[in-house]
Amino acid sequence: MSEIAHPAEPALEVVGLHKTFHLRSGGRTRAVQAVTDVSFRVGAGRTLGIVGESGCGKSTTARLVMGLIEADLGDVRLAGREVGRSAAEMKAFRRRVQMVFQDSAASLNPRLTIEASIMFGPVVHGLSRAEAKTRAHRLLDRVGLDPARFAGRHPHELSGGQRQRVNIARALAMEPEIVILDESVSALDKSIEAQVLGLLSDLQAEMGLTYLFISHDLNVVRWISDEVMVMYLGRVAEIGPAEAIFEAPAHPYTRALLASMPSLDPEARTLAAPITGDPPSPIDPPSGCRFHPRCAHAAAICAATAPELNAPSGDGRLEDLHRVACHMAAAGASWAGEGAGP
Amino acid sequence: MTGIDAASLTPPPPVVVAASPGYWTGVGRRLSRDPVSMLCLAVLVAIVVAAILAPWLAPADPSIGSVVRRLKPIGTPGYPLGTDELGRDMLTRLLWGGRLSLLMGIAPVAMALLVGGTLGTIAGYVGGKTNAVIMRATDVVFAFPSILLAVAIAGALGPGVANTLLALTIVLIPPIVRVSESATTQVRDLDFVEAARATGAGAITVVRVHVLGNVMGPVLVYASSLLSVSIILAAGLSFIGLGARPPTPEWGLMLATLRNAIWSQPLLAALPGGLIFVVSLAFNLLSDGLRSAMEVE
Repeated sequence: MSEIAHPAEPALEVVGLHKTFHLRSGGRTRAVQAVTDVSFRVGAGRTLGIVGESGCGKSTTARLVMGLIEADLGDVRLAGREVGRSAAEMKAFRRRVQMVFQDSAASLNPRLTIEASIMFGPVVHGLSRAEAKTRAHRLLDRVGLDPARFAGRHPHELSGGQRQRVNIARALAMEPEIVILDESVSALDKSIEAQVLGLLSDLQAEMGLTYLFISHDLNVVRWISDEVMVMYLGRVAEIGPAEAIFEAPAHPYTRALLASMPSLDPEARTLAAPITGDPPSPIDPPSGCRFHPRCAHAAAICAATAPELNAPSGDGRLEDLHRVACHMAAAGASWAGEGAGP
Repeated sequence: MTGIDAASLTPPPPVVVAASPGYWTGVGRRLSRDPVSMLCLAVLVAIVVAAILAPWLAPADPSIGSVVRRLKPIGTPGYPLGTDELGRDMLTRLLWGGRLSLLMGIAPVAMALLVGGTLGTIAGYVGGKTNAVIMRATDVVFAFPSILLAVAIAGALGPGVANTLLALTIVLIPPIVRVSESATTQVRDLDFVEAARATGAGAITVVRVHVLGNVMGPVLVYASSLLSVSIILAAGLSFIGLGARPPTPEWGLMLATLRNAIWSQPLLAALPGGLIFVVSLAFNLLSDGLRSAMEVE
């Protein structure tokens, strides 16, 4: 399995992550392959965008990296060190990786004040209440909420954008190195979304944070990401620098995703549906390349064997770090370069 | 919402935090605006205080009677509520009986809340096999009708107040386990619990800070609705001779010993039953009021 080598020391490295959920229905146990052989690296201070349809394993990957669910197989390494399984190591690890969820309301305890929600984590890690309170107020101020006005409020008294700022402050209160943003701005109004994205970008520059940015909004991913990982049915379809993914997508699925992006330019608008049907069920994923039943370029080999992540051949525009899991792309198929890009 | 207005009109200095009223403050305020709930609360407070102060309030000794003045009607001079079948002062015995009746109504609910709430929260938060074991065991107990189970347990343990308390507690645990388990299960999967776990906090800390506060409300409302059930069950057990023993004053027992007087002194015989009715109704209405006060958010 090839991996992306990055010149900077990777802040986060994930190697061969597998997760299968066992669902029991009507006496039968069915295995859902949520995440299969996912590997990636993110350099310190950089942003990896993770995109894909719902159910492709984006959020499961996030929860695996967080350690909220346990992987069947595979490793998560922070700054080159493997995360141990002992309780003390897990606790230390959890401080270093924090997450901001999609639903700003559900991710704050309705019974606690804003201040108490932010203070909880630092207090668990041994900070005194006074210190935690000072930190909470400082962070509220940093995310643009006046502590004097907001610290004592309850979540239902805040707007969605304000709540998401609180969630960001709560994550930062742990002084993490890595922040996982799981659809964190997707539920916000467009204008608020832009403000929060700006804030996230500023915070990253200021604190040297590493982001895993999970979203279905390709425009946003393109704006914020240094690298992009495209997932399909629990597997990595394509990974590489954002520039390469958006300018020269090599996987037919990536191309279809990009073609489905709404465009304001009437010349560039999509006439035909680039991709049809729902993704197949991860309970019984297609053989070989999981995308082959929906792929216009599928050949016999696609149904037979799963493609490895390789550098796409041919096109000189593609960068070194670009990897794609497609038999056809690796073979330098004739469709490479067809106008499916944005 | 007064917190917001106060904060926006007069910005306080940075150190002072504009605290908005908490959830329970709001519940208390809404409850206090409901006349029915307030009336029930007043009635209950009056009865409970009177029962607690029985030794000082009661005009006579609850266990000393006289054959010559048995079954005096209500309003007899010296005996404002008459006398019972052994000539004991009814007012005195009702006051003293309230102590035991209320204790047998409230204590089992409190104990069941502690045990059942703990079991239900564990089952709901841990899930998996732990949940299956606790919930299936609960189902077994729950399968018996509550009154039958209470009679069976009290009968097996023998009459007496302590055994009645134990029997009622066992009967009341399963429904509380169910309610707290389902409330915990709903809260457990919310993002804020996941975020709390993501800090590395231990399960007990997460439950204490983030789960209990959100589970307690519905469980308390449900438990308050069990108070009337418990009082009626306790009185019922005493009535059939499985609870308090004579000559101890207890409303259910008094109802039983006075039942022969129903033809000669119907009002007198109805007094203990009337108190049981009033107290359980008041608990029920107050519980309903609490439920609706908590639903608004």
